[in-house]
Amino acid sequence: MSRAEILGNIRQGLGRQEATAEQRDKALARIAAHKATIIPKRSQLDRKGQIELFREMASGAAAELIDLNELAELPSAVSTWLKQHDFKSLVSASDACLNELDWSPLGDIQREQRIAQSGDVASLTTSMAGIAETGTLMLYSRPESPTTLNFLPDCHLVLLKESDIVGSYEDAWNLVRQNNPKQMPRTVNMITGPSRSADIGQKLQMGAHGPCVLVIFILKDG
Amino acid sequence: MQIKSPNFKENARIALHNVELQEALGQFKYGFPVNRANAIKRLPEFDDLRDEARDLKNHIIENLDIYLEQFESKVIENGGHVHWCRTGDDANKAILDICKQVNAKTVTKGKSMVSEEINLNDYLEKNGVQPVETDLGEYILQLRDDHPSHIIAPAIHLNVNDVSETFHKHHKRPKTEDPQALMKEAREVLRKQFVSADVGITGANFLVAETGSSIIVTNEGNGDLTQTLPKTHIVITSIEKVVPTLEDMSLFLRLLARSATGQEFTVYNTLSTGPKREDDQDGPENFHVVLVDNGRSEMVGSEFQDMLRCIRCSSCMNHCPVYGAVGGHSYGWVYPGPMGSVLTPKMIGIDKAAHLPNASTSCGKCEEVCPVRIPLPKLMRHWREKEFEKHLTPKAVRFGIASWAFFAKRPAIYRWLSRGSAWFISTLAGKKGRLKKLPLAGGWTDWRDMPAPQGKTFMDQWKAKQKAGE
Repeated sequence: MSRAEILGNIRQGLGRQEATAEQRDKALARIAAHKATIIPKRSQLDRKGQIELFREMASGAAAELIDLNELAELPSAVSTWLKQHDFKSLVSASDACLNELDWSPLGDIQREQRIAQSGDVASLTTSMAGIAETGTLMLYSRPESPTTLNFLPDCHLVLLKESDIVGSYEDAWNLVRQNNPKQMPRTVNMITGPSRSADIGQKLQMGAHGPCVLVIFILKDG
Repeated sequence: MQIKSPNFKENARIALHNVELQEALGQFKYGFPVNRANAIKRLPEFDDLRDEARDLKNHIIENLDIYLEQFESKVIENGGHVHWCRTGDDANKAILDICKQVNAKTVTKGKSMVSEEINLNDYLEKNGVQPVETDLGEYILQLRDDHPSHIIAPAIHLNVNDVSETFHKHHKRPKTEDPQALMKEAREVLRKQFVSADVGITGANFLVAETGSSIIVTNEGNGDLTQTLPKTHIVITSIEKVVPTLEDMSLFLRLLARSATGQEFTVYNTLSTGPKREDDQDGPENFHVVLVDNGRSEMVGSEFQDMLRCIRCSSCMNHCPVYGAVGGHSYGWVYPGPMGSVLTPKMIGIDKAAHLPNASTSCGKCEEVCPVRIPLPKLMRHWREKEFEKHLTPKAVRFGIASWAFFAKRPAIYRWLSRGSAWFISTLAGKKGRLKKLPLAGGWTDWRDMPAPQGKTFMDQWKAKQKAGE
């Protein structure tokens, strides 16, 4: 009932009946083409420029950056970071690139692969892309990478390969489409720095409901 | 919320004398507007993006039925449900029905102005479902039985001490005035709610027709926990939020954060597309979109159509001298500031909201900063015309306008009178050239001196220049 009334009102306002096949096809063709609108020049750089811009923007958004020369360094880098903060556990995504690493450098730190629960102190995930334009990470949900890992723990550690850094949001959407040709993933998360709020007395504080700390391990191109 | 717009003048008077509110508003003008200006400096394409966004929104409205139907079919294809709701009551009922289907006792809620518009919290509570606001500002307001005074910074009217007292009273923990400690306290208390809620309700900043997705934009991450943890996710939003593609959405995202808080990008921009997939380990099992009309479809084709372009960034109120002086509660309903002065009369009736489109200096700043270039002053003028047509304008104002119209239609008398009054006022002002008091202009002279007209009238100068051949 409401549906017909709402659509009827819109059509009346537009001064027409139901859209003609031609009008509909035109709108659907626009969707199918999904052309980009203006993309700021700032993100249209060479590889080196994009990587530098990503680093600058992500740091500007209060993310912590740690460099890795090779993937095998990740377990010890994660271990060092966790020990510095006196954390005893890590809940991790189960992507193949993480599973094939030797995690013995964690020592006593307990590493579990599961969804996050209230009380978890730190999580580790990978990232599909880094978007240079604003220093934004793009992650998406899948069996190996449950979304709760991105939001419930106090600290979110993310692996980003330099080769996955792109210029603009549009570049990243195309990657999402490529990786998920049949259907969009249930959720896509664009993350720019740690959680924050200025709702108490207009004073900006880090760590509202999402992670208080965002650490990005950037793996240099081989 | 209870409509208090008819009392705008009294609300404003009280607000102007509220020391704490004035302190908060004084601080506010150095926040968002300054951050916005800095963000724009860093993006030379900003104005081009605004033009493109205006044109794209116009295109969407011209094809709104097509894009909404396409969005609906994609949501269904993804395993979700769409509920079309003509009125606020329809939307409340639809949401309660979903809650009943899953035997929900508590729902967590992300920030949603549409839910404020339809009084969702009251409705759920009356029907045995406990809503818990999770946006920090909204949470504080819920504890205080208060309402948002700003569309993106709902508790802007409160200071740290207010929050400290509220938390102390409700959380039964030692009192602190450290904002960081207060936030941590809220984080801990709300964690339990996030995990135990049966349903999560969020708003949507945009709906994407291409994919059937909704997107929320938050800095806190509360919306994400709200929509990820419970078994059922309900998106409550309005019909004008639909955009064709992810690329189109990106255009608006580039404008939204910069226009709102002045950030380059909001911390979390999260796209939700249907319920969890077969092998997913977390995420909601049910995905519902409640599409609210509440008068919007009637704006299509009307003189208020441009208002449907609004992306709720709050830039207009952040820059409005009236909002900056009296705060959001004075407007007496959900949407304050210039965008509210256009929307509120449509939603609650011009008879109740006539003061709002008049609460404007017509300085044009709102239009100047609007990311989708809505001609807000023009739209407010349309409401003033409607108010006049409906004889809602007070007698004294009608008399004033009628007298002015009488003279304006008789230019010779008008010019003679202008010349006479300019001479009279400047004689009264004497050498100082300023007046401390002026009959019928107490509203001005109570606060500042009135500068007296200098020299000849505009028309006399014009004539003289024409004669001199300039």
